[in-house]
Amino acid sequence: MNAPDSQTPRMIGASVKRKEDYRFLTGAGQYTDDVVLPAQTFAVFVRSPHAHARIKSIDTNAAKAAPGVVAVFTGADLAADNVGGLPCGWLIHSIDGTPMHEPPHPVIAHEKARHVGDQVALVIAESVKAAKDAAERVEVDYEELPATVDTAHAADAGQPLVHDGVPNNTCYTWGHGDKAATDAAFAQAAHVTTLDIVNNRLIPNAIEPRAVNASYSAHDDGYTVYVANQNPHVERLLMAAFVLGLPETKLRIVAPDVGGGFGSKIFLYAEDVALTWAAKKIGRPVKWTAERSESFVSDAHGRDHVTKAELALDKDGKFLAMRVRTTANMGAYLSTFASSVPTILYATLLAGQYTTPAIYAEVKAVFTNTVPVDAYRGAGRPEATYVVERLVETAAREMNIDPAELRRRNFITSFPYATPVGLTYDTGDYEACLARALELADVQGYPARRDASKANGKLRGLGHSCYIEACGLAPSNIAGALGARAGLFEAGEIRVNPTGSVTVFTGSHSHGQGHETTFAQVVSERLGVPIEQIEIVHGDTARIPFGMGTYGSRSIAVGGSAIMKALDKIEAKAKKIAAHMLEAGVEDIEFADGVFRVAGTDRTKTFAEIALSAYVPHNYPLETLEPGLDESAFYDPTNFTYPAGAYLCEVEVDPETGETRIERFTAVDDFGNVINPMIVEGQVHGGLGQGIGQAMLERCVYDNESGQLLSGSYMDYAMPHASDVPSFTVETAKGTPCTHNPLGVKGCGEAGAIGSPPAVINAILDALGPLGVKDLQMPATPHRVWQAIQAAQAAPSSQHP
Amino acid sequence: MAISLSLTVNGKPVTAEIEPHTLLVQFLREQLRLTGTHVGCDTAQCGACTVHLNGRAIKSCNQLAAQCEGMDVTTIEGLAAASGNNGALHPMQAAFRECHGLQCGFCTPGMVMSAAALVAEKPGLTEADVRAGLDGNLCRCTGYHNIVKAVLAGAEGMRPGTAAPAKAA
Repeated sequence: MNAPDSQTPRMIGASVKRKEDYRFLTGAGQYTDDVVLPAQTFAVFVRSPHAHARIKSIDTNAAKAAPGVVAVFTGADLAADNVGGLPCGWLIHSIDGTPMHEPPHPVIAHEKARHVGDQVALVIAESVKAAKDAAERVEVDYEELPATVDTAHAADAGQPLVHDGVPNNTCYTWGHGDKAATDAAFAQAAHVTTLDIVNNRLIPNAIEPRAVNASYSAHDDGYTVYVANQNPHVERLLMAAFVLGLPETKLRIVAPDVGGGFGSKIFLYAEDVALTWAAKKIGRPVKWTAERSESFVSDAHGRDHVTKAELALDKDGKFLAMRVRTTANMGAYLSTFASSVPTILYATLLAGQYTTPAIYAEVKAVFTNTVPVDAYRGAGRPEATYVVERLVETAAREMNIDPAELRRRNFITSFPYATPVGLTYDTGDYEACLARALELADVQGYPARRDASKANGKLRGLGHSCYIEACGLAPSNIAGALGARAGLFEAGEIRVNPTGSVTVFTGSHSHGQGHETTFAQVVSERLGVPIEQIEIVHGDTARIPFGMGTYGSRSIAVGGSAIMKALDKIEAKAKKIAAHMLEAGVEDIEFADGVFRVAGTDRTKTFAEIALSAYVPHNYPLETLEPGLDESAFYDPTNFTYPAGAYLCEVEVDPETGETRIERFTAVDDFGNVINPMIVEGQVHGGLGQGIGQAMLERCVYDNESGQLLSGSYMDYAMPHASDVPSFTVETAKGTPCTHNPLGVKGCGEAGAIGSPPAVINAILDALGPLGVKDLQMPATPHRVWQAIQAAQAAPSSQHP
Repeated sequence: MAISLSLTVNGKPVTAEIEPHTLLVQFLREQLRLTGTHVGCDTAQCGACTVHLNGRAIKSCNQLAAQCEGMDVTTIEGLAAASGNNGALHPMQAAFRECHGLQCGFCTPGMVMSAAALVAEKPGLTEADVRAGLDGNLCRCTGYHNIVKAVLAGAEGMRPGTAAPAKAA
């Protein structure tokens, strides 16, 4: 941003401490499970213990007779009320032009259960304990069926079909890019790097489990649903219009404090619908909070790609073409945005930061008898970045070119730049980020550190990753042409109150991102109102004009822009009021630091005086101007934003045990303009924690035969603990402001999770290179690293992942 | 069959009728409506439910309320008052705010309670001590970076004779 030009401290660019912290630090936060309604009842779901089974019968009589039970429902009850299945929000077409298969996604499984954890009955009682006891009495007669589990083989002939009518378990086979040009470039290549990549399946694990508390009021024939959700209006739209057949006016969604989302709380879940429907049935509010073991088998999972990737280079290391073939696991049903993740959010990012002229990707999406897979922090872009950055670093090693130098030879340096995969980057400075990262990480001192490690019997490695992501998915009409079934704008409303305090209503939703502070800074800077007098309201469809919620790092870029547009209108109207009060022409009114001034004079009115006049319009141009000072705006971006950065990871491996420690992790990000550096760096830290988790610890494991989830608790699924991650060196680059939104911002929420996994694996492979290890799949656990070392040493001439 | 329970919660005597199977966290959240103590897992690993029992950090999901007869429980709601800080935040709470050691806030009460007990038990913590000492608390938002900074800053603030809240490094 511009340098301060007055004595007033600038809000934009300041690390203001968070407004929301006090309630969280004193136990005064209010999350969905904290909400208790009069006559509250409690729900427990009976879930399938089998990956794939025909439901022959369900006997609920004993459960209904159990003490404290209010009601027991099955899929048949919902079917009798014509409750629809859950919709998918993005239509993808196969290469042959046929639409993707969209098999029914029942709210409660009916006739068949398709994954372990699929809900088959809903028990409602006076207490959670009574509901649990009664759930034990629901007798389900299952006929077990063989299951399809493994991503790579789900489409093979002879695999059990997850859905009748979906041949080869294939949802779609989608192609993107110029296949002929890509194949031709490969034919001319001096060098081709090929990798087989597994992008490990992850479980998002927000620490607040999902929860719903639904109620129905006969008074207005309306429903109120408290739910741990990232985008309440989308939840309302999908549930009202597509599932329950209600007008939106009858459904209020409140997403109060939400304890982390990372994508997993974007979606319309079956439990949300079942409880809303049941609340009217029983005439009482009904609450469900997932137990963690239930979250593991009911929250949408992330990633789970199997990929063959190739990079063609000329003799000087110029990239000629990239060819990628990916199989992506959808799980048992299409979750809300599942189909868009391995396509629109993945293949469009395969150019990375480079001038690769020809790219072709083919993606086969498969159904399996596993929990649905959908967006998880980064959603498609981490998978793309992992493909690109692993290919680039491997090519550098194979061609004996310094990995930083190979990147520099291929960086995009002039903007706007249209990639061969459909995006137009507006701005960026990739060389600057890489140069700064190399400096901050003291790469000059690296050889000495490597030698010191070697002297201690350890192996040290340095890995690079230069990521790009596309945030603020947009514009709506282009997204619509690509299959989106929703708009991708954001809404904001600025309500100036009579005494000059300001209430901001935003369609973005904060579940850790600190919007109550960041957005208040934007408004404070613009209106000169102290942030203590600015209240940010989010997460309630009854209070917010509209909203598309928070995902894809879109809040400041899209939600913040909507607020800026509304502020434009506020300022324009306030100037008219000021002109009247100051008896001047509106064109002569200047506004800065909360003061309206007749240009070149000392005649002024404060913002608070204008606000009061708007609501007490005694001296007011009523014949030409409405009273009040309340404006709303919708903002639909003209392009994505393109945050980018350079990440460096330095590891030390103990070759005796395979134990790997991250010695340094350096992240330099270009997020354009930054409103609150403290919050932005915190977002990067969190993303790094999750990305390093993916690279070194986390792996969702199913038994390939039975379809049982083997990593179904915190005792089995390796969540990163404080001792598993290092302190980070994070710097937000001076940055290239986004050229097409009013704040010049790009978004920062996912960068860490996108950029870090390839940096870590590239570093480990650099360390293990001298031992002949050439490939390694995530997560690089000590066991896997040790195995790779053993295999390479047993057969030094061949490669063993 | 209900049983009677008497204990001290956040400095106040409490007597209540409880079901014998009631967990301490259920008693706090559901009967006393102290909802700052959270439940994030069912295997006693996430630590969101951490409270102080007779001054020690424990996981209230892993303790029957009936086991706390006659004991002294402090929850996040009572931490500031327990520190005798005259209504201001406890130095550990203040340090978390100062260092941006929280995002969504869900793990925060447990994190703060664990951290306050860790510092009280072991003065002179190093970064490695803090990382090891927080092994029983999971956070998914922060990558732990700022939590570790906050705990070290909070330790400074908790040193006897330190009046001002901790400042970020």
